[in-house]
Parts: sequence; C-alpha cells; structure tokens
Amino acid sequence: MIQKEAEKIFETRELNVNMGPQHPATHGVLRLVLDIDGETIVKVTPYVGYLHRGIEKLGESLSYFQALPLTDRMDYVSAMSNNIGYCIAVEKLLGIEAPERAKFIRTIVGEMSRIANHLLWLATHALDIGAMTVFLYCFREREWILDLYEMICGARLTVTYPRVGGVRNDVPQEFLESLWKFTDEFPSRILEYETLIDQNRIWLLRTKGIGVISAEEAVNWGMTGPTLRGSGVPYDIRKHMPYDAYDKVEFEVPIGTEGDTYDRYRCRMLEMRQSNKIIRQCIEKLPPGPVMADAPKFTLQPKDKMMPITHPIKGVAYFVDEKVCKGCGMCMRACPAKAITGEKKKPHKIDQALCLQCANCFVTCKFKSMKIVPGGKGLSDEKLAELAKASIPEDIVKAAEHLVAQFEFIKKGPKAPEGELYVATEVPKGELGFYFVSDGSGKPYRMRLRAPSFIHAGCLPRLCIGHLVADVIAAIGTIDIVLGECDR
Amino acid sequence: MTPEIDALIKFGINVLIIIIKIAVVLGVGLLHVAYATYFERKVIGHMQVRLGPMRVGPHGLLQPFADGLKLFFKEDILPDKADKPVFYLAPVIFMAAAMVNLSVIPFASNFVIANLNVGLLFVLAMAGIGVYGIFISGWASNSKYAFIGGLRSSAQVISYEIAMGLSLVGVMIMAGSLNLTDIVRAQQESIYGMYAIPQIVAFIVFTIAAVAETNRTPFDLPEAESELVAGYFTEYSGFRFALFFLGEYIAMFIMASMATVCFLGGWTLPWYITEVIPFINYVPGIVWFLMKVYAFIFFYYWIRATVPRYRYDQLMKIGWKILIPIALANILVTGLVKILI
Repeated sequence: MIQKEAEKIFETRELNVNMGPQHPATHGVLRLVLDIDGETIVKVTPYVGYLHRGIEKLGESLSYFQALPLTDRMDYVSAMSNNIGYCIAVEKLLGIEAPERAKFIRTIVGEMSRIANHLLWLATHALDIGAMTVFLYCFREREWILDLYEMICGARLTVTYPRVGGVRNDVPQEFLESLWKFTDEFPSRILEYETLIDQNRIWLLRTKGIGVISAEEAVNWGMTGPTLRGSGVPYDIRKHMPYDAYDKVEFEVPIGTEGDTYDRYRCRMLEMRQSNKIIRQCIEKLPPGPVMADAPKFTLQPKDKMMPITHPIKGVAYFVDEKVCKGCGMCMRACPAKAITGEKKKPHKIDQALCLQCANCFVTCKFKSMKIVPGGKGLSDEKLAELAKASIPEDIVKAAEHLVAQFEFIKKGPKAPEGELYVATEVPKGELGFYFVSDGSGKPYRMRLRAPSFIHAGCLPRLCIGHLVADVIAAIGTIDIVLGECDR
Repeated sequence: MTPEIDALIKFGINVLIIIIKIAVVLGVGLLHVAYATYFERKVIGHMQVRLGPMRVGPHGLLQPFADGLKLFFKEDILPDKADKPVFYLAPVIFMAAAMVNLSVIPFASNFVIANLNVGLLFVLAMAGIGVYGIFISGWASNSKYAFIGGLRSSAQVISYEIAMGLSLVGVMIMAGSLNLTDIVRAQQESIYGMYAIPQIVAFIVFTIAAVAETNRTPFDLPEAESELVAGYFTEYSGFRFALFFLGEYIAMFIMASMATVCFLGGWTLPWYITEVIPFINYVPGIVWFLMKVYAFIFFYYWIRATVPRYRYDQLMKIGWKILIPIALANILVTGLVKILI
C-alpha cells in the first residue's frame, strides 16, 4: 500500500530532449527526438525534411541538361560525385558514352571529391567527439582540393563540371601538376591526423564498440558505402559495376570486421589512401583526345562547335509578317527592349529604333511570322518593305534555322528513348542511385533519387538505443550524412 | 596620544593596505583573465596551423577588450520560463566563489590578502560552493540542455573534488600545515625543494582532477558543445555569460596557483638551483610564481588542443576507480614514511 503510493509520488519518466534542427552536432538540420533515462538513450526518432527543396519534382520540369546543377545542391560536400552520378545515369538512358579522356578526368575529380568528403567527415566527426585540432588539419587539405576545383571550373563547392557525355572543359596542365603534388603529400597528411586520434586512448574508448551493427543487419537496413563496409561487406559499385575509368585502375576496397564506429573510421581513412592511389594512376594513364562525346543529338557540344555559322546578330533586321502573325503576344513578352507593340489577335509591330537585334522574338515565335532581312539598326518601314521583297541570302537563312534548332534543343532537351532505368554510382557516402522514367521527351517523366544519407539517417535509432547521449553524436558522425541529400 | 587612537590608526592603516592589496589582486586577476583568453586563442591557434586573433591591435593584442565590450553591450536575454531570482544569482555565486579564492593565494613571500591558517581547506570549500552556481544555473534556466549540463557538472565536480582533496592530503602531511604560505616555506626548507618530487603521484592525480574541476577538455562534458550546446550556461547571454566565463578562467588560475603553491614551491626556487646560479636570487619571487602558473595554464591549453572528450560514464570511472584509490594509497604511503622517518 505505502509502496504503491510512494511509486505514484516518485514516478519517474524519461526526459524528452529535442536535439535539432538547430544543434551544433546534427550536421545541418537533422532533428532527433531523444527519450533519455538518465544519460541512457531509450528511444530515438529522427525527423527529416527541414531542407526539402523538391529536387525530384523540379527534375521533372527541367530537361536532362538543366537538372544537372540541382544535383550539386544535394550532397554539397561532394558535389562532383553527384554530378558524375547524374551524368552517367543520363548517358545510360540516352545510350551514349563519354570519350576516354573525359572518363579519366571524371574519375580523377570523383576521387578528389571522395577525399574532400572524407576529410570533412573526419573533421566534423572528430570535432564532435572533442578532438578540435583534427578539424583544422583536415580543412587545410580540403581547402587545397577546393582550390584545385577552382582551377578547372571556377567553382569550389557547387561545381557542375561534368556534363552529359563528358566534362565541360579539358583540364589545364597546371592543375595536373598541382594535383600530383597533392597526391605526393597527402599520405603524410593522413598520418598526421592519425597521430592525433588513431591510437588515442580516449578516441578508442569513444569509438570501439559504439553503434555496432552486424553485416547481415547492415545489409538489411540498406546501408551502403563505407558505413556498410565497416561491417565487413565488401560491396563497392566501383569494383562490382565499374563505371568511368574504375575498371582501368587498381585499387582495394577496405573493409572492417566489428562493424563499430572505429571500424567505419578505419575504413574511411584507408579509402582516402586508395583514392589517392587511384588519382595517381589516372594522371599517369590520362589519354589524349576530346572530352565530349561526339553525339550532337544528345550532348551539348563545345561552344565553337555549336555555332558553326556566325551568329546573325549584326547587320540584320527583323520584322513581323502581318499575314502570318496571330497576335499571341509571345514575342512581346520575350523582347528585352520592349520594342514590340500590338494588341491581342492583331499583328504586332517592331519599333526598329528600339530593336536590339537579339533574335529573342525570332526564336520565340511559334508561327514563324518573324522575318529576317539583311540590314541594320533603325531602318524605316519603307526600306524594310523594299528589302523584304528581295530574296534573303542563303547564309542568313541557315544561321537562323540553326539558331532555332539550338534553342529548341536546349529548351526541350535531348530525345530520350522511352522506358525506365536505374543507375547507381559509388559516391563517398554510399550508393547514389538515379531512377528515371522516360516518356520519350527531353524531360524525365519521373526522377527518383536513392540518397544514401536518407537511408543511413533511418538507421540512427538502431545504432543509438542503449548507448549514452554522447554516443548519439558519435553515431551521427559515423553514418556520415548530409541533410541536403537526405531531404533532397 | 592614547593607546586607543594609536591602535585605531594602526587598524586603519592595515585596512588600507588590505584594500590596496585587494584592488591590486582584483585588477591583476581580471586583466589576467582577459589575457588568458588571448593566450589560449593564440596557443591553440598556432597548434592548429592558424594565427588566432590578429585584427584588433597589433597581433590582436586588444582582442580581449573588444570581446569584453561586446559581451557588456549584448542584450541580456532572460528565458520566459526561467526562475528569475535564481537565474540572476547563479553566475554571481559562480564568479564570487572563484574570485574569493584569490584572497588566500600567496603570490610572493609576504603578498597574500588573508593569511588564513586553513587556506587549503578554504580553497576546496570555495570550489564546492562554485558547484552551486553551476547547478542552480542549470536548474533555473528551465532548459533541458542546461539541466543535463548542470547535473553532469555537479556530479563531476563533486567526484573530482574528493580525488583532489585526497591528493592534497599528502602535501598537508609533509608540510604539517594547512596554511598555504607555510606549505611553500616548508617546501623551500625540505631537501626536495618542491613537493612535486616526493609527491609525484599526488601531483599527477591533482593535475587530472584540476582539469576536471575546471571543466576543461577532456573533461568538459558539462559544456560539451557537440552534445549539450553549451551545457549549464546555454540560456545565458551578454554579461551574465561573461560572468561564467570570467569565473571559469579565474578557477583555472586558482587551480594553477594551487598546483604551484602545493607542489611546485610557489614563489621559491629549489635550493639546488639557487646554489648553482646564485644571482637568480635577485629575481623577485612573483616572477617565478607567475612563470609556474603560466606553465601550468599552458599545459591546460595544450591538452585542449590535443585530446578528444571523455564520455560521462568513462569520466566517472576514472574518478572513482582510478584517481581516488591512487590518492588514498598515496596518503597511506606518505603517512607511513612520515612515521618511519
């Protein structure tokens, strides 16, 4: 009786703590609701979606070329790998293949992004566990890689360097030299990080036996990448379904044995060394040749190839053929100079004094009512009518047709064959898959991403329950998630 | 002149001297805190291949004043559901408990504000009161992170206080006094010159316990930013935050001074050094005292730049299962040796 009453009075409940979305250690905007009994975790509920930008849905309204920059914004820590994954998926869909040199360049930049990603992972993981100096050491090398990115494409973080069918531009010689220097020095830098933590008693205490997951369970949870390999499953897409130049280079897939935080840490450290090795081999074997596939129907060709005829901007005039014009107003909206006037369903008119000869109205018009004549700026109406009677020179017609075709190609995208397709690549965080449903147009009917971060975030409760609050931080670090990719 | 007036004048002069001493210690103490932060940022910065503060003044020398001004003018945010009076009181208790300790530390041979005969116990007692500041700040904030931080901190400080107190017992036995000045004198007269040599075990235990006592890495769990945002002072801002900050750095200075006074011979140098280099005697004692203190503080910073953080249960294990038994064994051995010799 008394005991029962006492129990009623001294009833204990779990403390409910909201970790995130604003929290220094949840790597962005992950929100975890923890139920803790003292310091022991009883229940973890991850909430995702705070960084949802609808990338999958956006992809449906953009052509295959236009959706490429969206993939940068997924895993912004290793944007290059995402770009490559997307490009390879679209290339498979269109049935084209990148030239050899582009493949090697992509392998190089992909492995660079793996190193950059693992460096950031190590930096934040170590910082979360309290090793502050490792953080800054890692950033020193990551900065070097970002500078190298800047050298090839001008951007550091959201690069958009690979293209469907190859890469944007060839790499400069200075880049290769600087990268070679980096690969020379990097292994000694890894040793530097390891000096601080690898054998550190506190580090071992904090990582060994924490977040243990067996090989079978890890596979069942859908883990991929180093997070899975730490449990001893040697699954690596680069090895089993080689893409780009991975079948032409030698590398090993490091695996762990215990499946704990320490093993996953070791796996990533060894992986960085392997990436370094791959980059060196690629630089040595880099073949000469073009960097863009010769498939003008499916790829964006280099600018000089795209515009074989001089663009007819100067020395021409545009006017509206009143018989053809339906007065839809499209050209009015497209004109940057507001030179086109007219009412609805009545022929429009171009004010020649204002016209910039930009050809926007010319490519916009659906009814081909825009006529092009050799001339110049500010022609009078009489002069125009006179010019229109004369036949238009051949080269101007050709150029105009080319311009329209180019515009259509960019706007509507390459004609992809109908069907479904799933292509996966090994990004630093795991298996990044692109699933396309194509209806034969230049835009995907459905674009679906298999984001490793999302699947790993789902594993968090499994890894945390029974451990202490401090281990949640270690668990978030060890699965290596980026919320941009998780929420898409 | 009657003896009463004479006594009164004497008393007045004594009070004046004490006030001047307090002003000096307080001024130097606060200035020390300001530059201890600068020193920390510079040391850690250079260890981490960066420069540390460089912008305010030459080599960032004025940075501490810029920081202080910023904290002073920041908005003082009061959480809606905080327990207001207690919330206001907590940083004051924390800071006062730390600052009071400055009064018993002998900086030089005759420079101590209050020459207490239980100086050592006083410091331990004040460290105990400081825990109240931490704990009630965690409680009054009405925030879960602050609450966990407060709980962690009180458990940690109480456990490590035991280890620290026990490690100092060896020193007490050897010196035969609790007066800090006497402890220094006893060290000077002993053949070792400093107790760090015979009491090496106690010194190591004290050093570890002192790191835990001041909530520094690797024992900075109460304010582990990756887990608890900022621990017990998560909800504090502006000048109240600055009080916690000041208190922490003063506590660090106190712990370094305690190590200097109890183990490293305070303001004195061991006889085997002064014998070899006689002119070193002309250097004032305060210089040696501060050098030892700063060496100890540098050691704190060095640790912070090097090691990761312990987990809560591991920290408790170290405290109770390793440090306390070692300290007890040390007392036993010291006592036996004292009886035998």
